[in-house]
Amino acid sequence: MDVLLTPSGGKEHLLLGNEAIVRGALEAGMAFATCYPGTPSSEVPDTLYRLRKQFPNKVKYYFEYSTNEKVALECAAGAAASGVRTLCTMKHVGVNVAADPLMTLAYVGVRAGMVLLTADDPSLFSSQNEQDNRYYARLSGLPMLEPCGPAEAKEMTSHAFDLSEELGTPVFIRTTTRVNHAREAVKLAKLGKVKQKSKFVKAPMQFVTVPAVSRNLHLRLLNIHKQAAALSESSPWNKISGRGKLGIITNGVSYNYVADAVADLGAKSKIKIFKVGMSYPLPEKKLANFLKSVDKVLVVEELEPIMEEAARAIAQEKGIKVQIVGKMPGQIPAKSVDVEIPKFLSRAFEYNPRLVRSAIAKAFGLKYKGTAELKLTGMPAPPGRPPNLCPGCPHRATYHAVKEVMGDEAIYPTDIGCYTLGLLPPIQAADFLICMGSSVSSAGGISRATGQKVVAFIGDSTFFHSGITGLVNAVHNNHNFTLVILDNGTTAMTGHQPHPGVNTDSIGDITTHVPLEPLVRGLGVKHVTTIKPFKVRASKKAIKEAVAHDGVSVIISKELCPLFAKRVAPTSKKPFYVNQDKCKGHMDCIKKVACPAMFVEDGQARINPMQCIGCALCAQICPENAILPVKAKA
Amino acid sequence: MSTQRIVFVGVGGQGNLLASNLLGQAALAAGVQVVVSEIHGMAQRGGVVESAVILGEATSPIVSNAEADVLVSFEPVEALRLLPKANKETLIITNTRPMPPFTVAIGAAPYPPPEESVAYLGKKVKKVVAFDGQALAEEAKNPLSLNMVMLGALFGAAELPIDVKTMKKVIRSQTKKRFAASNVKAFDLGFKAAAAA
Repeated sequence: MDVLLTPSGGKEHLLLGNEAIVRGALEAGMAFATCYPGTPSSEVPDTLYRLRKQFPNKVKYYFEYSTNEKVALECAAGAAASGVRTLCTMKHVGVNVAADPLMTLAYVGVRAGMVLLTADDPSLFSSQNEQDNRYYARLSGLPMLEPCGPAEAKEMTSHAFDLSEELGTPVFIRTTTRVNHAREAVKLAKLGKVKQKSKFVKAPMQFVTVPAVSRNLHLRLLNIHKQAAALSESSPWNKISGRGKLGIITNGVSYNYVADAVADLGAKSKIKIFKVGMSYPLPEKKLANFLKSVDKVLVVEELEPIMEEAARAIAQEKGIKVQIVGKMPGQIPAKSVDVEIPKFLSRAFEYNPRLVRSAIAKAFGLKYKGTAELKLTGMPAPPGRPPNLCPGCPHRATYHAVKEVMGDEAIYPTDIGCYTLGLLPPIQAADFLICMGSSVSSAGGISRATGQKVVAFIGDSTFFHSGITGLVNAVHNNHNFTLVILDNGTTAMTGHQPHPGVNTDSIGDITTHVPLEPLVRGLGVKHVTTIKPFKVRASKKAIKEAVAHDGVSVIISKELCPLFAKRVAPTSKKPFYVNQDKCKGHMDCIKKVACPAMFVEDGQARINPMQCIGCALCAQICPENAILPVKAKA
Repeated sequence: MSTQRIVFVGVGGQGNLLASNLLGQAALAAGVQVVVSEIHGMAQRGGVVESAVILGEATSPIVSNAEADVLVSFEPVEALRLLPKANKETLIITNTRPMPPFTVAIGAAPYPPPEESVAYLGKKVKKVVAFDGQALAEEAKNPLSLNMVMLGALFGAAELPIDVKTMKKVIRSQTKKRFAASNVKAFDLGFKAAAAA
């Protein structure tokens, strides 16, 4: 049995933040969950999926990986409007995709508790931007809770269902990577009772948002906001600790940095901390009293100066004479956090204990003798270790074939997945990327505006997520480019989650498989070819024909992700080796393929048999036919 | 107790996250307050993987530059890359068996010899424990048990508020059954190597 399904409460377990969120939802009697996976949120849906699969008779919730975040939120909205407790999870940029339903779901509200998890990613560990989704609470008018760690994440998730039901509106839980991916002791409470089925009670004057209805619903939202603001004043999540004439306002994981720093600085009797847990609506009266009670306030919040601006507005409105400092007017770090960790509070990148400690010491004139940074002059330079496509990754073969045909002249819009690593040498087939699905639509814009040859790349999961509408648009508007769908049969990047194109028999799911090729043909694409990318010559021929086609053409490059295949369809292909008598050291394999199973020794390429999975790509490129399969032992 | 900040670093696939998670479990079992942090996602496609275990009073999940008490590196040049986390009092434990990145494997970048890396570490911090951990994993008949070797070395070289018995119990109960015995063997070999250093 999994600890997350322990019916009784009382025991402590070391849980990942995302596991704690799952447990919190189960303690609240969640009956329905939808998501689109994305770092750092993925372990929430992955855990729900795993538990349902391992313990089908124990779990009492419905769960699905939806095709994208908009779909996930709409599906969740239907369930919550029907009266069952619902969880919907996504990463921060996923909320952009779901923003359309979100804004009007806020008008119609819910009939049972609904929690929307937004997992933000300051410092962009695995994201295309570091937007601050606290703004979405303000934009939509929905309440927001922000935990500082796993234990609180569990408590808040559970509480958020009650709060949502009390207010009749969805509630945000906003985390950051350091909450999702931290582990700490979490004390379990009892599992909640689950209301699994309900009945949709018709109420078109609440749920059908024609203008006449929505005018009233906007007033409903504003009234709920007022009610939520009153609850925020007495919310147990908005806590003041410590004493003194100096104050700090903080939220999320920054609270931990602040609390540790105040202890390190020996300033517990001088500094009061206002920990904001219910961050929208802010408890303005409580904050006003806090501001009145101190001489100086420092606001410590990662990313945007939201609470800082609010504190300034409250002080101005109430005529409170208090000095407020934080990150405004704003110093900008000179370099990316990869090169240099900022030494002041800024709007870019995550904070850390040392940074927060020194900001507090500086703001309040406190002394701290910390450990000195080492001077690292003369250090042997560590060679770079960028992430790389795995040995035997079919993306490498597809990229190779396209580059052989199209060279460096074609423009290569790309998309979000492992294959974004095609940016790196020697592949270098990535020219434009802004979000999920942008490969397809931007390809049309680039080819129309320039007349240049365009070959776009998108993964199968991303194609289902948001490539389909772009492709319909391209067909309808007579665009001219080739789209390569890298169909590796899974969502590889985020941990092999299923999607509609996955052959569900292979993983024992009861979902329905939606094959790609008929779908693409059905969208109106006239030139569609499916290739096996490890057949290099045939692939190149198919690509040549596709790019010669006038209009939209699609290549489906179909080959399982080797990591996924190892689990669902293991093969026993033999590794390859380089015949040293035949190898003349052209290095085509190294220069063009750059597989991590290869290395150079004595001017020749070599293959590490422990890493090679026998894809045979390099063997087809070698001009001397010097790369051969290892012979079976006699 | 005072706070102890331990940072683990390795290359994707070396089992670094399992090591920090198990140490966290052992801390919980020993009644020691603990926070563990990890980075998932893109970092794992053959890139550098870092995790941290903070024992004691602190609640922050990450370790700032110059503030690690112990660095445990599964690969010699990764110890260099992580050196900004150290200060002159830091204990560094490192495996000396190189795992050259691809750029080095194809001759596009030089790889500093492990002896040079270790010597440099030794000039910068109070104590360095360096040994071929991979050889010990192989001696334990489980080449994938380098993480257990390094965990053992951590217990052998650092004074932790968790007893070895508790740690081994967690290894036995939380790792795959068919590897449990070799994992404990690897832990013991790492412990001895570090205690003797």
